[in-house]
Amino acid sequence: MTEEIPVLSMKRITKVFPGVKALSTVDFRLFKSEVHAIMGQNGAGKSTLVKVLTGVHQQDSGEILLEGRPIRPDSPLAARKLGISTVYQEINLCPNLSVAENIFAGRQPIRFGRIDWKEMARRSEEILKRLNLVIDVTQILSSYSIAIQQLVAIARVLDISSKILILDEPTSSLDETEVEQLFKVIRSLRNEGLAIIFITHFLDQTYQIADRITVLKNGEFVGEFRTETLPKLDLIAKMLGKELSEFSYAVEKDQRKRSLASADKDAKNVLTVKDLGLRGSIAPFDLHLSEGEVLGLAGLLGSGRTEMARLIFGIDGANQGEIQVKGKKAAIKSPQSAMMAGMGFCSEDRKNEGIFLDLTVRENIILALQAKNGIFKYITTRKQLEIADEMIKSLAIMTPSANNRAGQLSGGNQQKVMLARWLATSPIILILDEPTRGIDVGAKLEIMELILDLSRQGMGVIFISSEFEEVVRCSSRIAVLRDKVKVAELDGENISEASIMHTIAGGN
Amino acid sequence: MISWKSLRRSNILWPLIALGVLLLFNLFFTPHFFRLEIKEGHLFGNLIDILKNGAPIMLLSIGMTLVIATHGIDISVGSVVAVSAGAVAILIGGDLAGNPKYPIAVAMIAALLVCTAAGMWNGMLVSRVRMQPIIATLILFVAGRGIAMLFTNSLQLWLYVKSFAILGQGYVLGLPFDIYIVAFVLLFTYLFTRRTAVGMFIEAVGINPTAARLSGINANNILFWVYTFSGLCAGIAGLIVCSTVMNADGNNAGRLFELDAILAVVLGGTSLNGGKFYLFGSVVGALIIQTLTTTIYAFGVPADVAPVVKAFVVWAVCLLQSQRFRSRIARVFVRREASA
Repeated sequence: MTEEIPVLSMKRITKVFPGVKALSTVDFRLFKSEVHAIMGQNGAGKSTLVKVLTGVHQQDSGEILLEGRPIRPDSPLAARKLGISTVYQEINLCPNLSVAENIFAGRQPIRFGRIDWKEMARRSEEILKRLNLVIDVTQILSSYSIAIQQLVAIARVLDISSKILILDEPTSSLDETEVEQLFKVIRSLRNEGLAIIFITHFLDQTYQIADRITVLKNGEFVGEFRTETLPKLDLIAKMLGKELSEFSYAVEKDQRKRSLASADKDAKNVLTVKDLGLRGSIAPFDLHLSEGEVLGLAGLLGSGRTEMARLIFGIDGANQGEIQVKGKKAAIKSPQSAMMAGMGFCSEDRKNEGIFLDLTVRENIILALQAKNGIFKYITTRKQLEIADEMIKSLAIMTPSANNRAGQLSGGNQQKVMLARWLATSPIILILDEPTRGIDVGAKLEIMELILDLSRQGMGVIFISSEFEEVVRCSSRIAVLRDKVKVAELDGENISEASIMHTIAGGN
Repeated sequence: MISWKSLRRSNILWPLIALGVLLLFNLFFTPHFFRLEIKEGHLFGNLIDILKNGAPIMLLSIGMTLVIATHGIDISVGSVVAVSAGAVAILIGGDLAGNPKYPIAVAMIAALLVCTAAGMWNGMLVSRVRMQPIIATLILFVAGRGIAMLFTNSLQLWLYVKSFAILGQGYVLGLPFDIYIVAFVLLFTYLFTRRTAVGMFIEAVGINPTAARLSGINANNILFWVYTFSGLCAGIAGLIVCSTVMNADGNNAGRLFELDAILAVVLGGTSLNGGKFYLFGSVVGALIIQTLTTTIYAFGVPADVAPVVKAFVVWAVCLLQSQRFRSRIARVFVRREASA
């Protein structure tokens, strides 16, 4: 195949936000008539790269060439005028307007100072025909399926002059047949000569549709590959930022000892999950957890780890299956009932779902215990201070005092405060969703040490991390997830980073 | 004892300063403003009037504080005042000889129950139906006056039962009776929120409802009871309003009180974004509003123009409370000193 000139080439793009280097000399090329997937874990820089291209952000250095000419879009509108069309993750259409109105919102054809409805309908039908869609465009949008709404969203941004189409997670709320319908449209647009950037967390879909893959990791360019030359296993390795050979097959000694302990049939079962599932979130799964065991949940971003944890802790209501705590059926309908049953849960989203920045460290720590005790069994301020000080000491939380605002603490210390909140309730099951994300290396090690300590004291811990290394290091058993399905459980000698990767890459 | 440092850090300082400045202004410019007289063993004077007339807004602001702390708002309280007045009036009856239809205690309790139910309705809409607070309480804001009219058969009902007048017109130990009611409700609410976990839960829900739910707090229950309590406070205020004028007027009782109550809370230092709340601050806020009103009238400003003056003072107080504004002003002064 001859190397033609790319439609788009982004060269050595760097973008710095206060405190983070979101992109560091990233290269990206896009050719005519191809679907190009951008892959990467959390914080890889996918969305920043797209935002630079679509004029939401401007790069600090580096250049963008569109058909050989340098461009620097300073707004989404400017990018669109250049022929760069974007469909964002959340469909931002108006469900109560007609399909035609949605397509032409803000640029309705005008005739004699009034909207020309006939012309608008005619042109809407024409655009949709390009997407192989023949529907009544005067019907309101919400009367159609999500898949059709997704196509309408594409129709809305697609102009005759469009050169590049960016699809950000277009399939996240579609079922299989709907995905196929969408892919058909994507392929036909590609064959017309459009260059398409496709962002998704679904590995299988990437292999179905993408011609080329660019991998990013922590804001850095890892590589650009033709899909057929990149086995799934290599892709996963690259997303995690290592070469395949670097992954350790070793089983850690300490961990093996523990896995033997957990194989001990006498160890009491603290949590049993049977056939728990929620449509559109995670496929039904079984799970069990013993006293003193660390169960790791491993999978790529968007594989369903968090969804699993949220179902168990009653944040999202399951539509099937049951949960047993210590062998007894537990009706878990809310985080409150999960807490009463003896569970604790630290969310991965510390800022929005965890810490109360305006409350003091003391209040942050005491909150769950107080909620467990109920309103009237008030923990006196003196007792609160006692508990908080003890936690601050045992978890080595760096704060001037228990009465400082939690917002003044560093990320790692806020994470410890959240942990302390649940430890204060002395749970029998503790679910930790990415407790090591976004904190410095020292704090990461401390938190992993702590997890092992807790399990030694008999607590059952479910540990989620996108770093396979961490999961392997801490867990005595690992449940592996891929594309919202629990695909396997690894234990004993089978636990290693490499085996997790093989499990994720395996299957169809 | 309260140290200067803790006072400076607490949010009650600025409202107190604003109130102090207002009173100081009156000291110099309004003759006899501070004069207190004793007539028939009761205290009389502008200061007493401020306390007495401010009682309904103070009560409303106590309930409103908790609602606003959850990042909500209750605009129905003015209408609920009318509902309370209508309910108690119809149960006592307009007998010219002064004989109540039902015992006064029964009538008052029934009226309070009706208002509590009104609060529960708001709480249900906000916490279960998940309606936006301003829309949810807009329903009773509109319907409340209709309900009050329904009670009184669309008439203004005059009351002649003397013992009911004690509530809004009576004196105990030389001070107006309704002051004691306010003091009791304030103290009760303070103890109930600060000597139990309720206050912390309310603040947690106001700061971050998702995190509160994930911490095992039943955020829905908190919301429900906060609106219910606001309804009860409005009910008590309604009884006082009715007793003060011995009349139930569905159209005008409590009209625009909701705005004063919200204002009092904001003046008192509680943010409309929810979170930390200050009950005593709100009551001081209500006193500022009442003092302002009294001052304006004492100056003979025409009633039609009074709101303009009021708005200006409120604007100034709000600016004074803004940390950002204060630091900007401070910076201007520092720069001047540096250049001098």
